[in-house]
Amino acid sequence: MLKYLVNRILFMVLTIYVLATLMFFMFRLLPGDPTMTVISSAMSPKAQEAMKRQYGLDKPLYRQYTAYLNNIVHLDFGYSFQHSRRVSQMIAGRMLNTLLLILPSMIAAYALGVIMGAFIAYKRGGRTEISSVILATAFQSAPVFWIGMLCIFIFSVHLDIFPLGHILSPGMHYGKSALAKYLSLDFFHHFALPFTVITAYNICFPMLLMRSSMLETFGEDFIELCKMKGMGEKRIIYKHAMRNSFLPIATTLPLILGWAVAGSVVIETVFSWPGLGLLMVEAVQCSDYPVVQACFLMIAVLTIVGNFVADLLYGILDPRIVYK
Amino acid sequence: MFTNDGGMVTVFLNSLKMVSGSKLGLAGLVVFIVCLGVAVFAPVLAPYQPLEKNYDAAGKLMKLHPPSVQHPLGTTLLGRDVFSQVIWGARPALIIGLSTAAGVILIGVNIGLISGYYGGWIDNLLMRITDIFMGVPFLPFIIVMLSLTGRSMVTVIFAMVIIMWRSTARVIRSQVLTLRERPFVDAARISGASGLKIIYVEIAPNILPIALVNVAFALAWAIITEASIGFLGFSDPDVMSWGTIIYRSFASQMSYKAWWWVVPPGAAIMVLVTAVYFIGRAYEEMINPRLQKI
Repeated sequence: MLKYLVNRILFMVLTIYVLATLMFFMFRLLPGDPTMTVISSAMSPKAQEAMKRQYGLDKPLYRQYTAYLNNIVHLDFGYSFQHSRRVSQMIAGRMLNTLLLILPSMIAAYALGVIMGAFIAYKRGGRTEISSVILATAFQSAPVFWIGMLCIFIFSVHLDIFPLGHILSPGMHYGKSALAKYLSLDFFHHFALPFTVITAYNICFPMLLMRSSMLETFGEDFIELCKMKGMGEKRIIYKHAMRNSFLPIATTLPLILGWAVAGSVVIETVFSWPGLGLLMVEAVQCSDYPVVQACFLMIAVLTIVGNFVADLLYGILDPRIVYK
Repeated sequence: MFTNDGGMVTVFLNSLKMVSGSKLGLAGLVVFIVCLGVAVFAPVLAPYQPLEKNYDAAGKLMKLHPPSVQHPLGTTLLGRDVFSQVIWGARPALIIGLSTAAGVILIGVNIGLISGYYGGWIDNLLMRITDIFMGVPFLPFIIVMLSLTGRSMVTVIFAMVIIMWRSTARVIRSQVLTLRERPFVDAARISGASGLKIIYVEIAPNILPIALVNVAFALAWAIITEASIGFLGFSDPDVMSWGTIIYRSFASQMSYKAWWWVVPPGAAIMVLVTAVYFIGRAYEEMINPRLQKI
């Protein structure tokens, strides 16, 4: 177990390292010079040289690379081109906002999805099953940002129940404590609609998967045995079939978590939610490459750590898995 | 499962027949073919040019007109016909979706086949690379690529393909792992067939059904991703895709006033992707009969 854990963590670090390296070379070797946005060709050659020295661009590529890695290890992403602030300062709070939105909705989506999927499988062959499968597939097929826009249109613009976006009302202050801000009623008022949209959208996948997994389990011998023992159908389904059907769903958790973190880019844009995704989109629009790079790496780290946690959870859920 | 004497074309035709055997699969197939038709005949079907500005009889720009007989889905802020834009939008969606799915399957299937058949260090290496790709955040990666290399359709397809093959490769590999222990593979090996011949002549036809299911899911995912990129404003500005239509309405801040500008393109995405999913699911149920109703 310990050896597995160490190996898994080493691999996690390797993945992050590979992605960081990929970013470094992408920004330097792909066509389009990112430094153009700060070092304008209209400057005098001398000023351009000075700027290059300031950013360390006069050094050979391998020296730049080692300096880059060293900075990343110290969580130093340099200064934003646009705001003249430290990038690390800009992204810390944003990361928290993204997690606050994604994690609760993923947990809710998986919990509800599994229960609903088991219920549909129980109703197999009936009208409930067919209509829920069609509905869930259609809902899952719609782009999530579009659903978000429609929900804002209905619930915020027309019914005026929820705010139009953002995380807090403008002009609200909660003193120095961040906790007071995230526990305020105003925060939950802003949180409710994006949370509901992401949860509803992400329910579909585990639900449909749970349905097919349950149908597969129904074909197993031990279910037959339960029936022969004279066990009630509800008991068979909720106590025996559900447990065994849950494993394939657990394996998809890292995949979906990855989608959700990466997909937060569009959701945050629709709801003007000040998370990493929105920051990244804004930074790309004004060619603020240090911020783009840092956001990408942080989103990648969230994805990779999420994969890791999901892997461990899977091992806990299925005692048959032996760690080597 | 299939034997390999029918050839790949027969397998494909068979699978079409199988899909149309299920009600949802048939519905999906019909909708998909209609969408293909709309994409091909867009110039004939669209009453206006997608970027054409329309003026009323008095010569005034038809700004944000609600749906009417003349403009069945209304007009945009610049007086463009939404209906025509939605029709033209079928083209980029299908071109990008189909090319991406083709690329994903090509890479994913080959890596899965090689990894699963040879095993050992080759398998280990390829699967670790796949694992690393699993850590790449999909949409952010495409955005970075587009911001560095320019906003073209080719870049979008390329960026999607080099990330999306990862899940296909895993699925195919696990299939190959069971297939390579089967007697017909042993028989081929004993009769002196080379590794590559066994992979592509004996094993490949048998994983084709699973690959086809993955084509459907890759296609669905690619269409949604393309729409997301368009919505964020990173698509080719000269191509009117469904995502771009929604982006224009969102960026102009008129999306909450003119519903006819936002609802149709999103609905088009939803209908096409649902159809693709139904085709994929129907086929999956056929090749895995345990999923069928008991």
